[in-house]
Amino acid sequence: MIKVYISAVGLAAPGLEGWAKGCRVLTGERPYLSQPLDRYKPRLLPANERRRATEVVRLAFRACEDALDNSNLDPGSLAGVFASSGGDYPIIDQICRALRQPQRAVSPTQFHNSVHNAAAGYWSIATGSRAPSISLAGYDGSFSAGLLEAATQVMLEGLPALLAVYDIPPPPPLLAERSILDPFAVTLILDAAPDDACLAALTLYSGTESEDESQMGEIALEAVRLGNPAARSLPLLRAIARCETRQLHFSTPNGGMLAVDLMPC
Amino acid sequence: MTFGLIKPLQITDYTLTSALGAGRETHWQRLRNGRSGLTPCEFFQIGDLDTWVGQVASLDDITLNERWAVYDCRNNRLAQLALEQDGFTEAVRDATGRYGATRVSLFMGTSTSGIHQTEQAYLGIDPESEPLPQWYHYSTTHNTYAVADFVRRYLGLEGLSVTVSTACSSSAKVFASAYRAIQSGLCDAAVVGGVDTLCLTTLYGFNALQLVAAEKCRPFDVDRNGISIGEAGGFALLQPEKGQTGHALLGYGESSDAYHMSSPHPQGAGARAAMAAALARAGLEPRDIDYINLHGTGTPANDMAESRAVVSLFGGQTPCSSTKGWTGHTLGAAGIVEVALGLLCIEHGFMPCTLNSEILDPTVDADVLLEHRYQRLRTVLTNSFGFGGSNCSLVLGCSA
Repeated sequence: MIKVYISAVGLAAPGLEGWAKGCRVLTGERPYLSQPLDRYKPRLLPANERRRATEVVRLAFRACEDALDNSNLDPGSLAGVFASSGGDYPIIDQICRALRQPQRAVSPTQFHNSVHNAAAGYWSIATGSRAPSISLAGYDGSFSAGLLEAATQVMLEGLPALLAVYDIPPPPPLLAERSILDPFAVTLILDAAPDDACLAALTLYSGTESEDESQMGEIALEAVRLGNPAARSLPLLRAIARCETRQLHFSTPNGGMLAVDLMPC
Repeated sequence: MTFGLIKPLQITDYTLTSALGAGRETHWQRLRNGRSGLTPCEFFQIGDLDTWVGQVASLDDITLNERWAVYDCRNNRLAQLALEQDGFTEAVRDATGRYGATRVSLFMGTSTSGIHQTEQAYLGIDPESEPLPQWYHYSTTHNTYAVADFVRRYLGLEGLSVTVSTACSSSAKVFASAYRAIQSGLCDAAVVGGVDTLCLTTLYGFNALQLVAAEKCRPFDVDRNGISIGEAGGFALLQPEKGQTGHALLGYGESSDAYHMSSPHPQGAGARAAMAAALARAGLEPRDIDYINLHGTGTPANDMAESRAVVSLFGGQTPCSSTKGWTGHTLGAAGIVEVALGLLCIEHGFMPCTLNSEILDPTVDADVLLEHRYQRLRTVLTNSFGFGGSNCSLVLGCSA
């Protein structure tokens, strides 16, 4: 059993642009209306790095910068935990297309952006943080895998953690092999003790396989949840937005179940 | 940032497969004999890259059991080949029997997983107008999690399984994640590993960055000019209880460079922070480390930054070397490969030379070995650094 506190949330998805707006949608105060995200300019990245940052890096930054805006913590003090099911699909597509050409001329910038930890690397450059950082993949269970890693880091390493979970749709022809409907990124800032900004306390433990994954009641938001591995976090975000005391369940990559008891601070 | 002492975690079993062969004994023999596994690149009929690679023989001839057909790819074949060496699969079976399959977790490191499947799929179609071929399965081969999914099914593990993908530090960082999972009670024991295989993306990508050597890599040599890419797979079983090997993970240290996506911090500031954190967790002073297995890739910038980091923390007295001249740089598998080689060094009281390197760069102040040395080793520190400035150092030793 691991206990951690959520001190801030960041959000970036069509119709859920930022935690402040997302909260109003998740409490039902405003209707959910999906519209494509505009191109985001990460404000913490130096201009030369910003030019090289790809769509998935910009999406991760959007949620991370949103969370920092809602937090009192120094970004340099945060351990980074980044989780994504597939990373940068457009770059993979472009490299595989380049390899079809006779010269096989892979772009050097695309190649260094192709690593699964690209967003984590840019984040450490942007924040000047030498704190540890890890990048994970757990297919449709990437959110729960990231949450568990971040929680164990907070519990054992004495550092607050920034957990960023994000995925974007692949371009065709890969899209037919990996269906992700829309971009979605969520960032949670977790700490071992509650601070003034504390939103909720989480207790994590093993659930049993007979339990079902927590769902969204509304059809449109349930479609969002199922349409992107990072959006599996939505039931947690809704309970935080509504200040509910809830037991929630999230599938783990190995087909198990993570149980989370959530209590408002 | 300061990190406290950890409880040693026992490494009760381990294995590795690389261009040197399959299993620990062949690795020990070839280390001792100074026989490199690097060969001129003939992977996938590549004719236009003037470079050497560390290729695992016979991967093309391996077949996966029919029930694993959708997982079939070069990366998962290498995972299976590696799992079948040194009685590793049997040792894991004993552990799942003892703790229960749900209490044993899996942490796998890889950088490119089975991307070569997607490369081949794209070669066979016009991606503008045609769908990917029928034989192609993205989720079970290329996806970053695919190698963990295959290994957990192959070993019958039902605890948490996850892939760590931080480029060339991936399969060093799995040790840190596994330690945290065991210590926080998420599991009782963990399998950690790393598998990365040759593919066009890394061969042409590193070539585009002008980081590939035209001959065998020569880490820390005055004329070094890049890496030789290799492929490898390795695994270790971590338990709180003492095993027969007597080996243990004494400490780990992780850091970020906060400098550049593909170049190291020139003074090795991030590398130094990772090594210092690993020492702190092990409760050791720099003088307590008997040998350092360097990341030592063979690029001018990497080796210089690492030498500066080592000297700034250890002075110039601690013997160190790079084993990349034997295996090549096995990228996401480099961490587990060099843990395994480090444990072999402890077992045999041996410090390998830096193979292929003849004249040490005079601006390198670290004590880089150009000759083998035989001496009892109590502790080994091993470094793994990756793109994105992801650094990890591990301290290995006896569990006494």
